[in-house]
Amino acid sequence: MRTDDHVVPLGTLRPGETGIIAELSGGRAFVARCLVLGCTPGTQVTMERNAGRGPIIVKLRGTRLALGRGESMRLHVKKQA
Amino acid sequence: MAKDKHDKTTTVALAGAPNTGKSTLFNALTGLRQHVGNWPGKTVEKKTGIYRRNGRVFSFVDLPGSYSLTANSTEEEIARDFLAQDKPDAVVAIVDASGLERNLYLVCELLQLGLPTVVALNMMDVARSGGLEVDVETLEAMLGVPVVPMVAKSRQGVQRLLETVETVVDGGARPPAAGPELSPAMELLVARLDAIIPTSLDIPYPRRWALVKLLEGDRSIRRSLKAILAPDLWENVKSVLQQHDQAMLEIASSRYDWAAETYRRAVSRPRGERKSLGERADRLLTHPLGGVIAFAAMVFGVYWLMFNVGALLQRWLNDNMVARSANGLEDALGGWPDWSTSLLTDGLIGGAGLVLTFIPILAILFLALAILEDVGYMARAAFVMDRFMHRIGLRGQSFLPLFLGWGCNVPAIMGSRIVESRAARLTTILVAPLVPCAARMVVIALFAAAFFGGAAILVSWSMVMMNLAVLALAALLISRFIFRGQESSFVMELPRYHTPNIRTVLLATGERVRRFVVLAGTVILVMSLIVWAFSTFPSSDIEDSILGHIGRGLAPIGGLMGLDWRMMVALLTSFVAKEQTIATLGVILGTGEGANGALKTELTSIMAPAAAVSFIALQMLFVPCVSSVAAIRQETRSWRWTGFAVAYMLVISFVVAIIIYQMARLFGLGV
Repeated sequence: MRTDDHVVPLGTLRPGETGIIAELSGGRAFVARCLVLGCTPGTQVTMERNAGRGPIIVKLRGTRLALGRGESMRLHVKKQA
Repeated sequence: MAKDKHDKTTTVALAGAPNTGKSTLFNALTGLRQHVGNWPGKTVEKKTGIYRRNGRVFSFVDLPGSYSLTANSTEEEIARDFLAQDKPDAVVAIVDASGLERNLYLVCELLQLGLPTVVALNMMDVARSGGLEVDVETLEAMLGVPVVPMVAKSRQGVQRLLETVETVVDGGARPPAAGPELSPAMELLVARLDAIIPTSLDIPYPRRWALVKLLEGDRSIRRSLKAILAPDLWENVKSVLQQHDQAMLEIASSRYDWAAETYRRAVSRPRGERKSLGERADRLLTHPLGGVIAFAAMVFGVYWLMFNVGALLQRWLNDNMVARSANGLEDALGGWPDWSTSLLTDGLIGGAGLVLTFIPILAILFLALAILEDVGYMARAAFVMDRFMHRIGLRGQSFLPLFLGWGCNVPAIMGSRIVESRAARLTTILVAPLVPCAARMVVIALFAAAFFGGAAILVSWSMVMMNLAVLALAALLISRFIFRGQESSFVMELPRYHTPNIRTVLLATGERVRRFVVLAGTVILVMSLIVWAFSTFPSSDIEDSILGHIGRGLAPIGGLMGLDWRMMVALLTSFVAKEQTIATLGVILGTGEGANGALKTELTSIMAPAAAVSFIALQMLFVPCVSSVAAIRQETRSWRWTGFAVAYMLVISFVVAIIIYQMARLFGLGV
C-alpha cells in the first residue's frame, strides 16, 4: 500500500477513504477522550459518513465513532491511497 | 484473603463501558432485589443488588458505565474511586465480544489495578453473527484471569459467571497478568515522581497506580495530591508533569497496542466481514437529511401515543380518581371547618394529586425513551441534531431532552441525564423551562383568540418563536459565560443496534416513574400546599389573600406592562401550573372557570391589545412551574442553580414584557 505523505485533518477525508492517525491537537479533555475511545497515533481510521458539514462518522478498531465537525479537524491523519 | 463464608457480604463490582449490556447483566444477576439511589453527593444513579448462593450473600454494585479509569467525567471518577479506594472483593469486567478490541482498554486498566477479576464476555451471539470467532482459552491465557463467554439478555452463562466469581474470591487474588508494561521512558518518569513524593505520605490510592494516573493528567488525583503534599515538593511534581505532557499519549498508546495484540491473537474472522442490518439502517438514520426526517417521524409517533393513549388515561384518572376523591372527601368532612376541607381537596388533591394524573403520559414517554436507549438509537439522534445544537452552544445530546419539553418541561429536565458533561447537562436543565410547554399553549390560545381573532395563529406562532429565540440566546450566553472553557466536545461512540431487552426496558421505565412519584409526593406536595395557603389565608377570597396582596404590591411593575393587579395575581398562580392562570382569572373576574366566552369578553374590556401581547409574552417566559422547579432541584442537587433558573427567567420575562408594552405605547399601537 502506498502511503501518501500528506497529513490532513481527519474531517477532510471522503467517505470510504482511510488514514492513519498522526496527531491530536486541542484541549486536554478532548485529547484524553479521543485516546480512551481508541484514537491513538498509528490507528487506522476509515471515514464512513462525511457530508462536508456537520458531524462525521468514522470506523476504527471494529467500532464506530461520531465526531463533531470542529473535533474532526483537530485530529490529523496520514492519508492512505 | 479468603473470608469466612458466613461472616460477611462479598462485594462484587460490575464494571464496563457504556453499551456493553451492563444493566442487562446486572438485572439478570440480581432480579428485582435491587436498590436504586444516588452516589453520595452526585446525581449519578447507584444501583446495588443482592444475590444469595449457598448461604452466602453477594452484593453487586453496578458502577457507572465508563470507558477508562481516568477521571474525565463524574461517572468515570465514581467508578474508579470505588474500585481503587473501596476495594471490592471481586470485579466483573463486562465486555462486548463484538467490539472486543476497544473494550480491552478498560480491561487493561482494571488488570493494572490488581483486584481479583473475572471477564464477562458478553454478546457472544452478536459477535458470532458478525462473523467473529473468539478463542476464549487464548484470551484467558493472555489476560491471566477467567473469561466467561455469555449472552446476558438470554441469561446464558450467568450461572457460570457466578460460580467463577465465587472461585476467584475464595481462591484469593491470583495476581492477574499486569497488562502491558510501560516503556522504559515512562518507567523512568514514574521513578522520578516516586522519588519526589515521600513514601510516608498517605495517598488515598494504590501508590504506583496513582503515579501513572498523574502522568495521564488525571485532574482529581492531581487535586488530592496537591492538597496533602508540601508546596515545594508539589512544584517539583508539577514541573515533571509539565515537561512530559505527552505521557498521556504514550501510556494510552501502550494500552491500546496491548489490546490490539491480544485481539489479534484471540479473535479470528473465518468468514470475512459482513454488513449488519444495523449498518444498513444507519444509511438512513445518520443521513444528514433522511436522519432528521426519520427522527422527526419517531418523535411524532411518541407524541401521538402520549396525547392519544396517555391523555385518555389521564382524563380517566382525573375524572375518576381526583374529582371523585375530592368530592368524596368533601362529603365525608361535612362537619369540619371549611379551611380543612379546602386544604385536603384544593391543596392536596388539587395540587399534588393532579400532578400524579400525568403518570400515564410520562410512563409512555419514559418507555419510549428506554426502548430507544436500549436499541442504541439515541447516539444517532444526537448525531443528526449536533449540527443545529452546536450553533447555540450545546451539543447533539441535549436536543432530545429539550424536544421532550414541548409536552411538559418536567420530562425535559429529568431527561437531561443522558447528557454526559456536567456543564452541558446544567445548561440543558437551565434552558429547558423556556421550551413552550402544552400548558402555556392553552393560555396563549385563549388570549390570542380573544384579542386577535383571525391573526391569533400568527400571534401564537410569533410567541413560540420568541421563546425559542430566548432559549437559543440563553443557552449561548450560559455556555459562553457561566461555563466558559468547559465547552463539551462531541466525540461519541455509535453503538451497535440491539433488540431491546424487555426486562431492562421495563425496569428503567419503572425507575423513572418511581422518581417522578417521589417528586410529586414530596417537593411538589409541599409547594402545592404553600401556594394553597397563600391563596386561602387570611381570607379564602383570593382578592384578600396573601397572594392577592402580593399581586397588589406588584401593581406598579404591572403598570409598566399595562397590567393591573388582577393580571399579576393570575400570573403568580401560574407558578402552580401554567394553565392555572385561566382558572384564576375566571375566579377574580367572576366569570366562572368553564365559561371561556364570558372570560374572553371580560378580558377585552379590562385591557388593551398591547397589554394582552405583553401578558402573553410574560406568561410564556415567566418562572418555571412548581413541578419544574422541583425537578430542577432534584436534577441539579443545588438550590443555587434552582434559584438561578427562577431568577433569570423572572428577569427576562419582566424585561421582555415591559419592552413590548412600552414600544407599543411609543408607536401608539393597540393602546
